[in-house]
Amino acid sequence: MPRVPTTADAFNAVAEPRRRQILDLLAARERAVGDLAALLGVTQPLVSKHLRVLREVGLVEVRDDGRRRLYRLDGRPLKPIHDWVKGYEQTWSERFDQLDVVLAELSEQEQQDGSQDRQ
Amino acid sequence: MAAKTGSSRAVVTLPADTQIQITREFDAPRHLVYRAWTTPELITRWWAGDRGEVTSIEVDLRPGGKWRYAMRANPGFEVAFHGEHLEVVENERVVRTEIFEMAPDAEAVSTTTFTESGGKTTVTILVQHTSKEHRDAHLNSGMEDGLQEAMDHLEQVIASLR
Repeated sequence: MPRVPTTADAFNAVAEPRRRQILDLLAARERAVGDLAALLGVTQPLVSKHLRVLREVGLVEVRDDGRRRLYRLDGRPLKPIHDWVKGYEQTWSERFDQLDVVLAELSEQEQQDGSQDRQ
Repeated sequence: MAAKTGSSRAVVTLPADTQIQITREFDAPRHLVYRAWTTPELITRWWAGDRGEVTSIEVDLRPGGKWRYAMRANPGFEVAFHGEHLEVVENERVVRTEIFEMAPDAEAVSTTTFTESGGKTTVTILVQHTSKEHRDAHLNSGMEDGLQEAMDHLEQVIASLR
């Protein structure tokens, strides 16, 4: 079953690969829908749909420029995602730092045992 | 003793919506890494990291064998995980189910592989969840202390290793 596009938060918004591509393109500069559609090789309605999701979570802002509407990236909602994965990474880094200490002891023990066996 | 070349960091990636992958290289041959990874008395010494005290480690290391890890986290509550071993290949691979006891509906399957190269061992843990929601909740479980506090702890750990 295809996942329903969710608008709950930035986490879900960037889970969709096409939306991440749009964010990458908007990171370079602000662009119109037609511009994005041409660059991605997809239809304008599809791009509009993704832009709506991104706007709802505050990742994309829009402004009127004459007859065109220009979209640009606001990266601030991405920070919690960065912190979130980094925090999990931190938990494992702490464990692994302790494991390093255990391994250093095991290695030393094994070397000692090895030299005793040879005696 | 050889100079410690600075502890390498755990690298966490999200290969798919339902997966978490954790990778880290250790400066030891893989039979030792495997031993430290699977022996209760040794797990007791590293699994809590800097977040609390391990209170109990049970490991029945064979297919169908159960395991359970518990620790008392810093704020004073117990955190426990348990599951069942699905596949055990000595020094190579351990596949097991994992249930975080505070979220018992979210059963994941983790595959831990040990590969050695030039005397160093890379451990890769691939955690497969049944849904993105469960995967996300799992990631959040590492966040109880807050990022900044964790960073402070890590700096202390690194300082103490030098």
